[in-house]
Amino acid sequence: MRRDVFQAIADPTRRAILTLIAMQAMTPNALAEHFDTSRQAVSKHIKVLTECQLVKQEVSGREIYYHFNPKKMKEVDRWLEPFRNLWEDRFNKLDIVLNQLKKK
Amino acid sequence: MTTPNPTQIIAEPGKQEVTIIREFDAPRELVFQAHNDAKLLAQWLGPKDLTIVFDKFNHVSGGSYRYKAIRNGKEIAGFNGAIHEVCAPERIIQTFEFEGIPDRGHVSLDTTLFEELPNHRTRVTIHSVCRSVSDRDAMMASSMELGVNEGYEKLDTILKNI
Repeated sequence: MRRDVFQAIADPTRRAILTLIAMQAMTPNALAEHFDTSRQAVSKHIKVLTECQLVKQEVSGREIYYHFNPKKMKEVDRWLEPFRNLWEDRFNKLDIVLNQLKKK
Repeated sequence: MTTPNPTQIIAEPGKQEVTIIREFDAPRELVFQAHNDAKLLAQWLGPKDLTIVFDKFNHVSGGSYRYKAIRNGKEIAGFNGAIHEVCAPERIIQTFEFEGIPDRGHVSLDTTLFEELPNHRTRVTIHSVCRSVSDRDAMMASSMELGVNEGYEKLDTILKNI
């Protein structure tokens, strides 16, 4: 099965999980409390996210903590960057055009 | 120099659409005009080293357009589409086709909305829907060929939107 960042963030629950743990590392229990779905369903998503290297698991004492891996997320950014740059260039030129129009 | 307004790109994986959002420090009428006037469009639509020339420009509901990108006096790409609706100064709905694809008919449907903001500012939202996910991905990837610089430290809009 395909396991990359794009597949990881294609699912809304997985995006919600990433948003939560990006703010703060969480234990499986704490994370599951945020969702109406079963703990099992949440841990399935965690498994996918771990395989995609977006989530790292670290043991601290008797607890497991899920950590967000922002480096991996940057892969998405690199893919989008040329497209974004194209539009930013365009819009920056449009700013100049608009400034000229305003002066008229 | 002031920092330009940020450009927000929303392109979720596995979808055939992309949304581009940008605000401008200019009133809506002017921003709309810059999108609906061949002379003005040609000034900002093309990447740095290209000249844009419209050989057809009939920006009215039911109209059509074609423009070419010229580098060193040579036409390197052509684009065309039909204008579905021009509703000044609120929206423009049109199709868009890059003629460089050997297998024709890979058209997107583009809706551009112009929203009035306080202090004579305007928000532009471009919503583009392609025929397939791979068409969408190809359209976005093709911007790489237009040669743009790499890497600056900025977390992606997708990350902000999740």
